[in-house]
Amino acid sequence: MSNPSAEKSLILATTTSTQDSGLLDELLPAFTRDSGWQVKALAVGSGQAIELGRRGEADVLLVHSPAAEAKFVAEGSAGSRRLVMHNDFVLIGPRADPATIRGTKSVEAMKKIAAARAAFISRGDESGTHAKEKDLWSKAAVTPGGSWYQSTGQGMGETLRIASEKAAYTMSDRATYLTQRGTLALEVLSEGDPGLLNIYHVIEMTKKAGDRVQPDGAKAFADWIVSPPAQRLIGAFGGAKFGQPLFTPDAGADEAKLGQ
Amino acid sequence: MDVLLDGLIDAIGLLLSGDQDSWSIIMLTLRVSLTATAIALLIGLPLGAALALARFPGRRIVLAAANTGMGMPPVVVGLFVTVLLWRSGPLGGLGLLYTPTAMVIAQAAIATPIVVALVAAALQQVDPDFRVQMQALGATSIRAFAALLGEARLPLLAGAMAAFGAVVSEVGAAQMVGGNLAGQTRVLTTAAVLATSRGQFSLAIAFGMILLLIAFAVNLSLTLMQQRRTVLR
Repeated sequence: MSNPSAEKSLILATTTSTQDSGLLDELLPAFTRDSGWQVKALAVGSGQAIELGRRGEADVLLVHSPAAEAKFVAEGSAGSRRLVMHNDFVLIGPRADPATIRGTKSVEAMKKIAAARAAFISRGDESGTHAKEKDLWSKAAVTPGGSWYQSTGQGMGETLRIASEKAAYTMSDRATYLTQRGTLALEVLSEGDPGLLNIYHVIEMTKKAGDRVQPDGAKAFADWIVSPPAQRLIGAFGGAKFGQPLFTPDAGADEAKLGQ
Repeated sequence: MDVLLDGLIDAIGLLLSGDQDSWSIIMLTLRVSLTATAIALLIGLPLGAALALARFPGRRIVLAAANTGMGMPPVVVGLFVTVLLWRSGPLGGLGLLYTPTAMVIAQAAIATPIVVALVAAALQQVDPDFRVQMQALGATSIRAFAALLGEARLPLLAGAMAAFGAVVSEVGAAQMVGGNLAGQTRVLTTAAVLATSRGQFSLAIAFGMILLLIAFAVNLSLTLMQQRRTVLR
């Protein structure tokens, strides 16, 4: 039934940020070399990645939407969920900063953007980044809407570009922003509070999600990505090109103490 | 403007450097699109001919359906094929999703209605007396049909070009059923989308220019084939 060359091939559903930043290009060949597993990596939003896992269409997930992940794991079709790495979200906007959010805390910044009715571009695609943005709006007690709030329904790269062209505010993971900074007329205006951490977990799927799920492949990938060699690759990635690493490896760390 | 110029330089560089990645993307683009076009012709020619020549109840409804199919959004076709090929879908056991075969299936589904509709339109334009004449001259119905196809070859090749043009340039279905996997299912359109979302604009433009070049080369050969006998006369 299945062809032999596909026997050691697994499906990884992950987020656009891991592909757009180039991290996957670094990690996947190393994993294939170490394990013999070929990886089909689908770069979609965290919401879609989790949905593919739920339907048994993916074997392993690498996602960054902790609240949705916890809810998903509680449903029972997923196996272990482990901390892999983090970077952080930043609020960015035009240098002119019409809502004067420069240097303010994230929640305060969201309140000021809404009060000024300054243009804000949202991804609106149920990705991990979008989930975080909604979380900030709710902490700011703002229900965003109206002509100043626009939703692209696209990945981070496209959304950054639209924000840049429209001189609008948006929220991005730091990795995607840094990889594209050269082509954008946007600056980091608010950063660094603990509420802006962007935490990635690896989630193994099990046969409970579907007969064709490959738990051994999922385990091989999850074990590998939290292993010291992979964590070293993650910690070094982007350092030479951007002057700072794009992700911080966290395997085995205490999630509650991240960013302190 | 710099981006366009850089794109042109990058395109030439990619073609000349023999860079393994870009050549495998180019070859896969050609392989998938030409195979899909060939399948669409194999299915679409007889169907289109039957619609043009035979008379049966519901014929006009089928024609209208084929004409509608010409404008079917590739992303919708991609979604249908994805759901069929999902592990949990009816054809999931074949393990075809995220392979070039899945891309050929989706693209053939996009191209077939185009061939059917254009072939039907082309054959209906041939003078109705032509077949009668052929039969009067004693031709078997197969020979008469072949002569009919010969008579309509200009619009038939135009149909092949339209089908190829539709599949080589589409991105929605290729992305959805192929997954844009590096070295496996990445074609010029999905590579251009990825390069754009990574902010590599000149690379994206370079892929676009190579795509245009390929489309031009294929259409040039078809056009030469189409015009050859006409010019000789």
